[in-house]
Amino acid sequence: MAEPGADDAKSAPKPRRETVWDQGGRVALGLILPLALVIGWESAVHTGLAQGRLMPPPSRIAVTLYDLAASGDLWMHVQATLVRVALGFAFGAVAGIAAGALTGALPTARHILDPTLQALRAVPSLAWVPLFILWLGILETPKVALIAVGVFFPVYIGVAGAIASVDRKLIEVGRIFRLSTLQLARRILLPAVLPATLTALRTGLGLGFLFVVAAELMGASEGLGYLLIDGQQFSKADQILAAIIAFAILGKLADTVLVAVTRPLTRWQDTARETL
Amino acid sequence: MLTLDSLSKTYSDGTRALERIDLTVPQGEIVALIGGSGCGKTTLLRLVAGLDRASEGSIVLDGETIAQPHPGVGLVFQEPRLLPWLDVADNVGFGLSHLAKTERKARIAHALEMVGLGEHARRWPRELSGGQQQRVSIARAFVANPRVLLLDEPFSALDAFTRKDLHGHLLALWQETKPTILIVTHDVGEAVALADRAVVMRPKPGRLDDAIPLALARPRDPASPHSEAATRRILAALDRSLKPAQAAAPTEAAQWW
Ligand SMILES: Nc1ncnc2c1ncn2[C@@H]1O[C@H](COP(=O)(O)OP(=O)(O)OP(=O)(O)O)[C@@H](O)[C@H]1O
Ligand SMILES: [Mg+2]
Repeated sequence: MAEPGADDAKSAPKPRRETVWDQGGRVALGLILPLALVIGWESAVHTGLAQGRLMPPPSRIAVTLYDLAASGDLWMHVQATLVRVALGFAFGAVAGIAAGALTGALPTARHILDPTLQALRAVPSLAWVPLFILWLGILETPKVALIAVGVFFPVYIGVAGAIASVDRKLIEVGRIFRLSTLQLARRILLPAVLPATLTALRTGLGLGFLFVVAAELMGASEGLGYLLIDGQQFSKADQILAAIIAFAILGKLADTVLVAVTRPLTRWQDTARETL
Repeated sequence: MLTLDSLSKTYSDGTRALERIDLTVPQGEIVALIGGSGCGKTTLLRLVAGLDRASEGSIVLDGETIAQPHPGVGLVFQEPRLLPWLDVADNVGFGLSHLAKTERKARIAHALEMVGLGEHARRWPRELSGGQQQRVSIARAFVANPRVLLLDEPFSALDAFTRKDLHGHLLALWQETKPTILIVTHDVGEAVALADRAVVMRPKPGRLDDAIPLALARPRDPASPHSEAATRRILAALDRSLKPAQAAAPTEAAQWW
């Protein structure tokens, strides 16, 4: 049906795309402050305004980082930390999704499980550390367990909340088209809870990095956290800062990868739709 | 043929939403349900759609009793209720997953063409205006070829121009397969523009009050004397349905309390 309709005219003007220049400009703005700090700090140390022992200048941190990387130590520590986060995240996320789905879908399960989980959540997770060491020894298991606990709660809360808040009106659409329970779960519930679940996973991953530091501080012979303690014990401020920078980069990278991998799943949500 | 036989609905909180509704609609007729707020129009459609169960009475479509969603009955909600994670075409094809891909595609394309959205097939729902979204939801209901199509105030959120445009799309779709249509509306003009019969409902408890046949030729001119006469008759019936509530309601209420 040909329609010289009003709405076709409405959709004609294309939304203005953000150009490479716009993006570059924005990134440049964000870089001003850190660059100023780096340069200021560096020159303060060089001109003798500040002492470099407790506050090593950026150049020295860079050298330390480079040396660590060149000797292969950095990679070993990064790997150790990454494996712990990955394992803890996997266990915590799977358990959190399972528990969240169960309590979100079945009221009885919610009444049984949720009060206990909420009570456990009220315990600051680091309080478990002594108990975990007592139970699980001082090797990898307690570390992974601690990280998993840290990841579990945000994922559980996020998934349960997402399921509880699925729009009943959309479920009725599924009923009108006579979907079976399984189809309803796959075609309506799952896509509806996906965005909130991914957000919860992101929060969980962030907490995973938070807890890996705690876990490694409780005693480790490798890992970025070990570099922190080692640096503290031998007054190597440059090593501490190098480890902190490595943590920041690693955390950001992990988050970026998670977002990139899950991006296609929530493309319908993008506020500015530029693809297609 | 759709037959509602002594259909009643009492909600779990005791609200008597429908009281012994009898209505027979031959295949292909367009019936407009009109009535004040709370007189049970949405309840009636939800029962016929099989989303809720009747307390008493029955709904029979061509000899089959309807107690749960039925493939021959489609429903357009008051809001578009599109699935935000599916694009326009996939929303329209939501109920067609049992069909082969080529057939499904062809049907979707045709339905979108019929509601004038052929060019927007790959858009997300949120990129459409309210009127466009409601057209998608009408296409989604029609594409399954229902024998009965239920529409609950589908155009009430739209401006008069868009509404008139959508009346045209709705009638064009209806012309193709001639489903039975029950459309709830607050707008007497809409009833006169679309329906073969206007059924006026009365609240507390919801009952059918009056039925006004609108045997007007299509396409209809709202300014024609016939249309104006029909409008006056419906308005008069609506007036009556609201006024004698004091006269009839107490005895009725006493009966079922
Ligand atoms: N789920 C429910 N539980 C209890 N009472 C309900 C429920 N749904 C509707 N009702 C009541 O049933 C009566 C009829 O409601 P219904 O929604 O069918 O009216 P309506 O004619 O569609 O009104 P409107 O024109 O405002 O949409 C009202 O008194 C309403 O309060
Ligand atoms: Mg209603």
